[in-house]
Amino acid sequence: MFSQNTRLASVASILALALAVTSCSSNGGNQASSPSPTGAANTPGGGDTAVNTTNTSNTTTSNLSGNVTVDGSSTVFPISEAMAEEFQKANPGVKVTVGKSGTGGGFKKFCNGETDISNASRPIKPEEVDLCKKGNVEYVELPVAYDGLSVVVNPQNTFAQCLKVDELKKMWEPTAQAKVTTWNQIRPSFPNERIGLYGPGTDSGTYDFFTKAIVGEEGKSRGDYTASEDDNTLVQGVSADKGGIAFFGYAYYAENKDKLKLVAIDGGKGCVEPSEATINDGTYQPLARPEFIYVKKTAASRPEVKAFVEYMLAPANKKLISEVGYVPLPDELLTEVQARFQAGKVGSIFEGKGSQVGLTLKDLLKQEK
Amino acid sequence: MTTNPSSTEQINRDLFRPNRQLNKWVELVVKTIFALFALVSVATTIGIVLTLIFETFAFFSEIPIWRFLTDTQWTPRFFNPQYGIFVLISATLLTSTIAISVALPVGLLSAICLSEYAPAKIRRWLKPALEILAGVPTVVFGYFALLLVTPFLQKIIPGLQGFNALSAGLVLGVSIIPLVASLSEDAIYAVPRSLREGAYALGATKRETIVGVVLPSALSGIVASFVLAISRAVGETMIVAIAAGQNPTLGLNPFVPVMTMTAYIVQASLGDTPAGSLAYRTLFAVGMTLFLITLALNIFSFWFVRRFREKYE
Amino acid sequence: MTMQEPKSFASSDSSENGLFKVALPTRYNFDRIFVIATWAATLFGLVVLAVLSIDVLVDGLPRLNWSFLISYPSRRPSIAGILSPLIGSIWLLVVTALIAFPLGVGAAIFLEEYSTDNWFTRLIEINIANLAAVPSIIYGLLGLQVFVRWMLPITAGRSILSGALTLTLLILPIIIVASREALRTVPSSLRQAGYALGATRWQVIREHVFPLALPGILTGTILALSRAIGETAPLIVIGALTFITFLPPISPKGLQSPFTALPIQIFDWVSRPQAAFHNNAAAGIIVLMLLLLLMNATAILLRNKFQQSR
Repeated sequence: MFSQNTRLASVASILALALAVTSCSSNGGNQASSPSPTGAANTPGGGDTAVNTTNTSNTTTSNLSGNVTVDGSSTVFPISEAMAEEFQKANPGVKVTVGKSGTGGGFKKFCNGETDISNASRPIKPEEVDLCKKGNVEYVELPVAYDGLSVVVNPQNTFAQCLKVDELKKMWEPTAQAKVTTWNQIRPSFPNERIGLYGPGTDSGTYDFFTKAIVGEEGKSRGDYTASEDDNTLVQGVSADKGGIAFFGYAYYAENKDKLKLVAIDGGKGCVEPSEATINDGTYQPLARPEFIYVKKTAASRPEVKAFVEYMLAPANKKLISEVGYVPLPDELLTEVQARFQAGKVGSIFEGKGSQVGLTLKDLLKQEK
Repeated sequence: MTTNPSSTEQINRDLFRPNRQLNKWVELVVKTIFALFALVSVATTIGIVLTLIFETFAFFSEIPIWRFLTDTQWTPRFFNPQYGIFVLISATLLTSTIAISVALPVGLLSAICLSEYAPAKIRRWLKPALEILAGVPTVVFGYFALLLVTPFLQKIIPGLQGFNALSAGLVLGVSIIPLVASLSEDAIYAVPRSLREGAYALGATKRETIVGVVLPSALSGIVASFVLAISRAVGETMIVAIAAGQNPTLGLNPFVPVMTMTAYIVQASLGDTPAGSLAYRTLFAVGMTLFLITLALNIFSFWFVRRFREKYE
Repeated sequence: MTMQEPKSFASSDSSENGLFKVALPTRYNFDRIFVIATWAATLFGLVVLAVLSIDVLVDGLPRLNWSFLISYPSRRPSIAGILSPLIGSIWLLVVTALIAFPLGVGAAIFLEEYSTDNWFTRLIEINIANLAAVPSIIYGLLGLQVFVRWMLPITAGRSILSGALTLTLLILPIIIVASREALRTVPSSLRQAGYALGATRWQVIREHVFPLALPGILTGTILALSRAIGETAPLIVIGALTFITFLPPISPKGLQSPFTALPIQIFDWVSRPQAAFHNNAAAGIIVLMLLLLLMNATAILLRNKFQQSR
């Protein structure tokens, strides 16, 4: 039985080898995604000269070499992963490693001097500021995208179309631990079904932000839920749990629309679902939030790190951010952020207060200026 | 004999001058180096015990041990920290029990078949097949549990969650069948023929011989294999981390997500646990509990084998 | 013989009249059921193996092509490959072998050739038996504390070297036991002949005993290494990364490079929700299993050759 299978496998792999030649050529077609309107908008007056807008900005710097280490938020991970992948295609000499140990976990490594760039789904906290002081790490804070933190349920869930903020609070607050276990405790009209709670763990900036926005205090929630630093595990859990509910960055919903159902959030002004439009006009509240990268000042002087950060902030690469499911910053704001990076302004514009709830794009632009 | 003795001495001296001093040196150096190598395994044990004790001690200096043993929830990294290790132990117990109820009967029956019933030709072919099953990495079994067994079971059991102890336990059981089968088979095969023939002579059928004479004679070896299988089930990581979920719930419901001790260690390792923090120490406290459980099993196995060992001359 | 009389059941309560009833037909029927049960149990394992293999092959083969082997992991399942995990696993394999082989064989030679049966030997034997039952994740905790944290200057933290050292400790007991068995098969007359000719112990071991035992030692080592290659948990605990799109330099510096390995990549893909990634995981599993089969086949060939030459 087994030997036959392996024989099958070997035959098939020979076949596959033969196919590889053809698939290689078709892969080439896959990589160049269709030019997006944002990409076209960046070549004013110029015709559609290049399809590969991602690579044009870096043709001059392809002799770079060195290592860039990135770690931190799993919410920002898809952005960094996409950027790193495309950046390395353009600069084969540079090695970018991207980890995802959560915003908090990332800052611990970052302030220890272990990483060059730390991804964060919330601004740096006071204790992390102290930690970085202790480790003599100066950093430049750069917003890179906007996320509508999404609450999702299982597709078979027909009743939870829209949840109020205080209903979410009832579900997640610390006193709910081991007490709130069925849906009808949240709203009497809901069925008497078990709630399956899935969410990021305590290392996660998404967790910090969600608890601040929903429970009211950062880092306070029940603990008896399926907690994972890997949002993929949460998606898997909810998609196979009829009574499941989870929260995570919009990117993970965008990737798995067929397995999940988005819940609209009622923050007091009616039900709103996260989308590019509702984030841009600031109506998706209180769960819209900026995503950041923190760059080590000393690392920013290294050409490969500088090039990678510039690559992440380039308006031409906005479509990578849209592609993974986040809302790119408007050009005006990007210009401010780029200037901030070039000037190497250290510190945080949020004075290290941690999560900011209700921060719209307009507010962020004002603060950056 | 006719040669001149003085000249042979001369020749000998030219031919062979063993450098005995150097040899002594080499012997000593080699012996010392190899003894040090042998000590590495002892150092490993000492290292395991010391690191676990050191960090666990630090953990218990912050969290009283009675909380560790009496809390009914496990939420060490949350705002309202609870340190009830029994939450994790109950999950481990659940998955291990399901696994053992699969692996022990199937493994033992396979061992009997291999040793007593299978013709030599087929046996030569079966053993390597079992070895292949034994060599399958557990991450592969995890894949199998989550993507094949769970969907299949969900068709039969409507209330089954996507992550659950049942499917993880069943696949965990399958993964330790080869271990039980091969170790028990060694023990059964070692039982002398004369015992079997004696039983036949008294009119026992083959089954009665096996159940009444052969298995009791091989008891110590079989129990040793069972105990090793149980420790394997308790310490197994990837299958439960992938398929059993990561929800610390106290209780023995096999249809909902649970978090075993090993799954907690994996989950905490995937995030970052900075050295010296309480979260880092919970890792070691859980590891220590796991180590103590397997150690207790091991000691029991040693004692049992000593006590019930049948010696055949 | 085959027909079972219902009466035999009725009259089988021999306690009434104190007579011993043979009731052979019933007993033979039980025998038959028993035989069927043992065969069913044996086949159960094989059926599971078959189902698993077929499932993995069906899901994975369509993804398995040359570009899958030479591409780096990617956010897009269609262009993702396993180059860096594969190379990472090979690095681990080589480094672990280089460290574990001399250590394990040296320890085995000491126990088998140099030491008499004293407390020291017994201590090591009990210790090795104990280590066999320690869960692999505990080794991960040991590696995290000792290699990643304490030996940071040497290992550079979560590096290939830390991973290889952790795996070395994990498989050392297996190598020692296998090597001792192999050394035991060398007839002692050979050693005595050597001593009679005035050779020292080390010379006899080096020139005669070790070469004869080598095939057996190699077989055991390869089997131990194939276990190390499939291990995931300890590597997760010492913090192997999942997204790495470069290869460590082929130099001593490579030892300090961060790494990923096949089982880790498979774990990462399995825990992603999209079916396309699951197929990648299946393809990764095929590659891992082929690697293991290759190693095991080598070990079996060695064993057969060795048995024939004796």
